[in-house]
Amino acid sequence: MANKAKPIQEVEKQEIEPASDAEPTRDVKIYVPRVDIYETDEDVFVVADAPGVDENSMSITLEKNILTLEGQVEISEPDNFDLVYSEYGVGDYQRSFTLSEEIDRNKIEASINGGVLRLRLPKAAPAKARKIAVKAG
Amino acid sequence: MFRPMRRRRYGFASPWREMERFQREINQLLGETFDESRPGYAPGFPAINVWANQDGAVVTAELPGVNPEDIDITIVGQTLTISGSREPEDLGEDVKLHRQERGFGKFARSFELPFLIDDAKVEAMFEKGVLHLSLPRAEADKPRKITVKTA
Repeated sequence: MANKAKPIQEVEKQEIEPASDAEPTRDVKIYVPRVDIYETDEDVFVVADAPGVDENSMSITLEKNILTLEGQVEISEPDNFDLVYSEYGVGDYQRSFTLSEEIDRNKIEASINGGVLRLRLPKAAPAKARKIAVKAG
Repeated sequence: MFRPMRRRRYGFASPWREMERFQREINQLLGETFDESRPGYAPGFPAINVWANQDGAVVTAELPGVNPEDIDITIVGQTLTISGSREPEDLGEDVKLHRQERGFGKFARSFELPFLIDDAKVEAMFEKGVLHLSLPRAEADKPRKITVKTA
């Protein structure tokens, strides 16, 4: 399927409250990464924009069928400079998805490059139907 | 800030015009008291943050998924332009698209800096999808202290 033209446009990072009731220990804002999700016959792909995150600060968990992406951003501000104008905030990333497909957990691949996370979630082979014979009593 | 409504030549000023003026004044007031904990709205891509001091400025922008080779930074006078493009994801055949929130294509934004830049000393760094521009102020543009001699 061809990519629909979605022009690159203004970004207003969407800030959210932490997902759980417990307060995070890090006093930083939490933003929702923008994602593309697409699917082929074999895989589900998730691509997420998380500028400021690298392979060491990204955590991906798949619990039951909930996929959670969490990225920690080290906030660095230039020394001896004052912030005079700001259009975006810096903070961690957090987002969860419910997967409708059974995923082969051992074959998940993840890479992060230039602030973009790419996840390949291979679908599990459909469980073989087991035929249960009904014995006559 | 609250001025009495001025009587115009033909009766009272239009209330709409007064509203607009009031709104402008509010905006100016908000603009003057810049609150760094509340980033404003970016009118284009990429959104930027600007830090400054006496000796220059630092501009940062989030450009995830943009190749550093595809970013162009030009400085003409006091105008800084960041332009480039982001490539679309290479989707294979027979793909079902569930969500598409990430945009792609060409972008360009220009900003007027409050001082002249020493363009030979400009440094640009791109790390983890974040562009970091260091813009030192031109030596000739820096304020000079003049001591007054006694005769």
